[in-house]
Amino acid sequence: MNKVDIVIAGVGGQGNLLASRVLAWAAANAGWEIRTSEAIGMAQREGMVSSHVRMGKNLRGAIIPDHEADIVIGLELAETVRAMPKLRPGGLVLCSTTSIVPVAVTLGETTYDTACLKSYLEQCGERVVFVDATALARQAGNERAANTVMLGALSRFEDLLPFSGSELRDALMTIIRPQFKDVNSRAFELGQQAVEN
Amino acid sequence: MAKKILMGNEAIAYGAVEGGVQVVTGYPGTPSSEILGTLAKLAPQKGFYVEWSINEKVALEVGVGAALAGARTMVTMKQVGLNVAADPLMSLAYVGVKGGLVLAVADDPGPHSSQNEQDTRLFGRLAKVPVLDPATPAEAREMAREAFEISERLQLPVILRPTTRTCHACQDMEIEAITYTSRKPEGFVKGPQWVILPSLAAKKHPWLNQQQEKARRIFEESAFNRVDPVSDGTTGRRAIIAGGVSYNYVREALDLLGIDLPVLKIGTPYPLPKRLIKDFLAGVEEVLVVEEQEPVIEDQIIVMLHRYSAPVTVRGKGDGLVPREGEFNVNKVADSIARFLDVPPPAANTVSLPDLPRRGPVLCAGCPHRASFYVFKEAVQGMDAVFTGDIGCYTLGIAAPLEAVDTALCMGASIGMAAGLHQVEPGRKHVAFLGDSTFFHMGVPGLINAVYNGADITVVVLDNHTTAMTGHQPHPGTGRRATGDVAEVVNIAELARACGVKLVREVDPLVPTAAIRAAREALEYPGPAVVVMRRACVALRKNKFRYRVKAAECSECNACLLTLGCPAIEERDGKPYISDKCTGCGFCSRICPSKAIERVPS
Repeated sequence: MNKVDIVIAGVGGQGNLLASRVLAWAAANAGWEIRTSEAIGMAQREGMVSSHVRMGKNLRGAIIPDHEADIVIGLELAETVRAMPKLRPGGLVLCSTTSIVPVAVTLGETTYDTACLKSYLEQCGERVVFVDATALARQAGNERAANTVMLGALSRFEDLLPFSGSELRDALMTIIRPQFKDVNSRAFELGQQAVEN
Repeated sequence: MAKKILMGNEAIAYGAVEGGVQVVTGYPGTPSSEILGTLAKLAPQKGFYVEWSINEKVALEVGVGAALAGARTMVTMKQVGLNVAADPLMSLAYVGVKGGLVLAVADDPGPHSSQNEQDTRLFGRLAKVPVLDPATPAEAREMAREAFEISERLQLPVILRPTTRTCHACQDMEIEAITYTSRKPEGFVKGPQWVILPSLAAKKHPWLNQQQEKARRIFEESAFNRVDPVSDGTTGRRAIIAGGVSYNYVREALDLLGIDLPVLKIGTPYPLPKRLIKDFLAGVEEVLVVEEQEPVIEDQIIVMLHRYSAPVTVRGKGDGLVPREGEFNVNKVADSIARFLDVPPPAANTVSLPDLPRRGPVLCAGCPHRASFYVFKEAVQGMDAVFTGDIGCYTLGIAAPLEAVDTALCMGASIGMAAGLHQVEPGRKHVAFLGDSTFFHMGVPGLINAVYNGADITVVVLDNHTTAMTGHQPHPGTGRRATGDVAEVVNIAELARACGVKLVREVDPLVPTAAIRAAREALEYPGPAVVVMRRACVALRKNKFRYRVKAAECSECNACLLTLGCPAIEERDGKPYISDKCTGCGFCSRICPSKAIERVPS
């Protein structure tokens, strides 16, 4: 393993940035160089956001080229599909089944076909793991911890990562604010278990 | 030494501290805002001065004052902010500085969060001010540190111009406990050289031109420009020159293509290190220049080679090989390089995706701007009205179902444009919408102009007590300064009255009946009128309540869904449903014709 490229796709407000910081911190602690590219600004208002996290040696830019991402973490169903052109053949997709339906759908300006998006992922021929992250986060005590559920799920794939699952958890606990530690600790564990089962 | 992960903007702030910065000013603007935000956090312990200024022109002027007193000064802004600061900048180059003055101006190719894709490197050339263009956050830090030194050697301001992919990229770097040492500024020493009369400008212009050559000589030796030879050390017929972040894409694209070519990385695009480039191109027949935005490096190279009569073909934007618009990435650059070398581009395994929902950014759940737009749409019913918009979160009022923004141009333009429209079509109602920070930034002159010239317009100040879009920076209406200490509050309504506006109303947009009454009064008043819509940004509020639809009482008229466009209101089984995103503003409950929305503890 000499580089790992991860795309985190979602909707503004889902905690994309935190997930990206946690991954970067875990990789840096494991002695890897890191680059991340984040979506800050207008897109944070319910728009499409995607963070790129690159870990490796002699890294250059922060943007992952098309078909090069080893892992796509989707915090939202449609945004996971939108990120698929980034995935390398044989890569891993962790997809939260959460749907955030844009206001424009209610107004009849665009459509959101959950079944079609899900079946696309099921049939795309890549390794796709679905996680009901929002439900698990709610179970952990706060829906907003769905990003952490996804990190927990990711921690099960140690063979694809430059750090162990417990190192990822440690990075999360270092970065998260003290008052949210309990909820996030539970969310991380529920994410881990979701993949186990 | 400790390893830290720094965002490019934080790295620039650290570099500035390491460079001994003493005074920092700026106005927020994506992607530049975190530079000053970081410095404001470091200022109290290190003991330097930081302020959010009301606009970029004032920020630069404050910075110039500090630099003339001998202090090392940084002024931060985004690319369009430099237009506002252009007046002081253009003459400052003639006057020169004593303490190092660094303008950190962030460009936004794409654009991701801007009105245009203007290229600050060209501005540097226009103003005759040297420009540094970092490729990575780590290099941005080094450049920030060194820029003060360069500025003092040249007695010129220096522009540090990162782009979004440096500002908002993070990189691991080693940070020592930041050493901060600053010299005691000499103080302002009176002399005729600080008064830019035409006679002085005429005298200083040859000096300024000489400084360009001096800057060029400094850059010839700079580590920010460097040659990557090919691994076997040979020189070929072809080579690449890359500027700023494009250098990263070039390196990766060459790896992707499995090709090795000599690459010259340029970190100082103006003035260009000509000798370095001439040496690099010795024996080269064709060179590809890869840079985002304008052909700044490319055009300078073409002129230079023509002057030397050097037989090198320059390829790039001029012959359509490299895009002139948009942000680059590895794939775009690989395509340009493949065409340059006449080899097939990297195989694109095309992925055909199913239909995806369009998802644009929208006003947050509970945003008071949504209520303000709703109120004015109600108030203008039966009138022919134009809503001129401005720069801020509220530009998102353009989205359906509000569709309450008919124009947007630049900071403060809503007022001037409304007045101009009024002169041509006096029969219509012209309503200007702008935020509180934007009002202070550049709205006030427009308002005075409207009063002076008797423009019958309505100005709506969307006062959410913060500069929300760029990350909630304080401003003169908030009573807080950049470093958090208490400041005098400049009251917007009083300011409007002092400007001569005779009808000024302050209302809470979340109370629709009173707000609509105030809006109608303002619209009907003959002459300029101001309505200040006062309600804090949702991001600043703690929500104690949320709202829910009482299913039994809901008539399914869907007014809440179809007129507000609040992201917390969804359609479930054909009925409106209020989700966990609700922040408890309660506006939907006040406009529900069936009174079927109730407040519950969150």
